[in-house]
Amino acid sequence: MILELRDVRKDYGGVEVLHGVDLQGRQGEVLAVVGANGAGKSTLIKILAGAQPMSSGEMWMDGERVELRSPHDAHDKGVRTVYQELTLVPELSVTENLLMGDFPRKRGLIDWSAAHARARELLESIGFGAIDPRTKAGRLTVARQQMVEIAKALVTEPRVLVLDEPSAVLAGSDLESLFALIRRLRERGVLVIYVSHRLAEILELADSIVVIKDGKVIETTEPARTSEDDLIRRMAGRKLEQIYPDRRQERGDALLTVTGLTRRGEFEDVSFTLHAGEIVGLFGLVGSGRSEMARCVFGAEPATSGTGAYRSPAEAIAAGLALVTEDRKRSGLVLGMSVRDNIALTTLRGPLIDMGRQRRDVAGMVDRLSIQPPQCASMPVVRLSGGNQQKAVLAKWLLAEPRVLLLDEPTRGVDMATRVEIYRMIDGLARSGIGVLLISSDLTEVMGATDRVLVMAEGRITGELRSDRTTEDEILAYSMGQHA
Amino acid sequence: MIGQLSKAAGRFPRLVVGGRDLTLEVAFTALILLLVAVAATTSDTFLTQTNITNVLKQMVTTGLLAFGMLVVILTGGIDLSVGSVVALSGILTAGLVSGLPIPVAMGVGIIAGLAAGLVNGTLVARFALAPFVVTLASLTTVRGLAFVYSEVPIAPEDPAFFTLGSALLGPIPVSTLIMLVVFVAGGVFLSRTPAGRSIIAIGGNAETVRLAGINVRRHVILAYAISGACAGLAGVILASRVGIAQPSVGVAFELDAIAACVIGGASLAGGRGSVRATFGGVLVLVLINNLLNLYGVQSFWQQVLKGLIIIAVILVQRTPRST
Ligand SMILES: Nc1ncnc2c1ncn2[C@@H]1O[C@H](COP(=O)(O)OP(=O)(O)OP(=O)(O)O)[C@@H](O)[C@H]1O
Ligand SMILES: [Mg+2]
Repeated sequence: MILELRDVRKDYGGVEVLHGVDLQGRQGEVLAVVGANGAGKSTLIKILAGAQPMSSGEMWMDGERVELRSPHDAHDKGVRTVYQELTLVPELSVTENLLMGDFPRKRGLIDWSAAHARARELLESIGFGAIDPRTKAGRLTVARQQMVEIAKALVTEPRVLVLDEPSAVLAGSDLESLFALIRRLRERGVLVIYVSHRLAEILELADSIVVIKDGKVIETTEPARTSEDDLIRRMAGRKLEQIYPDRRQERGDALLTVTGLTRRGEFEDVSFTLHAGEIVGLFGLVGSGRSEMARCVFGAEPATSGTGAYRSPAEAIAAGLALVTEDRKRSGLVLGMSVRDNIALTTLRGPLIDMGRQRRDVAGMVDRLSIQPPQCASMPVVRLSGGNQQKAVLAKWLLAEPRVLLLDEPTRGVDMATRVEIYRMIDGLARSGIGVLLISSDLTEVMGATDRVLVMAEGRITGELRSDRTTEDEILAYSMGQHA
Repeated sequence: MIGQLSKAAGRFPRLVVGGRDLTLEVAFTALILLLVAVAATTSDTFLTQTNITNVLKQMVTTGLLAFGMLVVILTGGIDLSVGSVVALSGILTAGLVSGLPIPVAMGVGIIAGLAAGLVNGTLVARFALAPFVVTLASLTTVRGLAFVYSEVPIAPEDPAFFTLGSALLGPIPVSTLIMLVVFVAGGVFLSRTPAGRSIIAIGGNAETVRLAGINVRRHVILAYAISGACAGLAGVILASRVGIAQPSVGVAFELDAIAACVIGGASLAGGRGSVRATFGGVLVLVLINNLLNLYGVQSFWQQVLKGLIIIAVILVQRTPRST
């Protein structure tokens, strides 16, 4: 037993969110922690990482009681944590982010080529060699940033590696690299604590599974003794009938026609049409240019050539577009503002804002998306759990009543039960005549929730497939640029 | 205004009445009452009509500058040029009254401040220059312009020129009422209008605001324009109160304005700050100034003490690290 938590409680300003959690982890074990949004997983992890003090309870390592007063203490004990929200300094290079001050020196000065070499070596050793250590972290896609976060936790060998939803933004070979890495660490005797809403990967990877609900451990089990359905039922407290709604819908007029759209260095010659009433999936691996393309259509970045893109977000919104971006912290939320102010941001109308109406609109959205806790409207949005923050971003755009919804990883970090709600809602919106472009790195989602799938690879659209006639392998093949 | 109250949770016991956290309001009121009580008991002159009127008049400059500064600070910027704008608008107005009707001359002074703000805002927003640098440059440029217009102080003869700064409405100076109106209107602007909400949101995360279809540049320019206009108004009122406009007036006024915002809990990083608490900050500063004056503390020591008191207030209401 290298790690043990006993009766851990945690309250934030008087509100208890963990009600006596016990947890045990052994050497060379992958311990998965699952639970609905707001169940308390990230809070538990912040306690393990020394980033939040526990209100009461004990933590033991190697048979000794330990008290973590800061992340530094946890680091000293060999506990490395990758948080749910990205923490890289965007203005610094990948190397600087990785080595964090611990640079190789030559005659007292930083030896940059040695530093970059060391960063490259580290990235390669864990299978992320595609990342150039000289790039500024802020220029990397969310997926790549996530990989750098993981690399950062492995600069020195950990004893306990804690990963809070590391896979939420990864797909394809990146996901494979991550799993391979976790297996290698397990063999070396590291305890890996792994939080994810992707239950399939948990069943594949974990040695034991802890289910948390409302701040309590309600079950400890093993992959062999449980199933996805079973876990979902335990987490949500009810059975999910059907994950994806049946899609058999006549499509209407073209709402968005993009022709030959190019943004130099990011994507080239992209053409597609989005019709009223249809849900189009867009799949692509890291670097495929799918998010950049969506941002460009929305007017967030200018196009080099081609037609169909708007000139500014304001113009796009006026035309009925909405864009849920993939990085909620950087471009989806104003973290210090209240949930209400965030959700109302797309619908500020004057001269004087109608506060009563704003309150009702926001309350309606909180209810419709079951944002937890229900009385969160005046809370700073940063205090919501990750999945609930994501729902707040979605709420903001739904309130604008768009005709074309561009969704970039809208279910990132959202639990299964709520995903089902979101799929149902998207389906309902499409039925009412809205066109939806659903960008996702989750293959089952991109097939299950859509009518057809566009695949991008290296900045170009390489394939268009019918969702009900394709396979995961086929989509993956196109996404790697192989024309099957 | 948003979050700063509960953000400080854990450091001090919170006072919540009917679901609203009133800790800050109560703390400010207590501090101000304490200052008043100390002043009243230790000084014979404090509670005299003359002194009170004096304090009310002295608040006006700091108050107007602090409100404008708050709006700029909310966007994540800073306006160092306000002291110089006070000088320019004052001397322009005083110079123009000989040829123009007084209200027009005063309007020109305010417009000069507005123009300075527009230039600041445009440089910051359109050319993405650092607010500190831009307004530092205009601090010296505008000061220079004030001297170019007149190297010597100008004292208008027409007694009507003094009305704005010295007239009383009952016991309260008209200028103080004007400042109060600015604060009330400003509070409504920031909490109830799309532009006000946008300005606060921009300081929190400009990219999110841009993608919400809000014109970030225009709102940043608006913020600096508001600050400039407030400084212009302050300059006109000050010249009218003193009866003489000096090109050298207003040096370091920006510091009191910034201090009032910060005492009121505004974050210099933007996105966080409150109109009411800033007003509290203004009161605290003005009372401290007045007290030290009444005690006859030597002016250099006044500066030292004021600095220490500001640090103390900020330490007490500082926000703890939170995740
Ligand atoms: N800083 C904070 N202040 C107050 N409440 C908080 C804070 N951080 C989290 N909470 C609350 O604690 C509860 C648990 O949140 P936590 O982030 O641990 O959930 P989670 O299980 O990680 O959810 P998700 O799957 O959405 O990431 C939630 O109700 C959340 O609103
Ligand atoms: Mg979480």
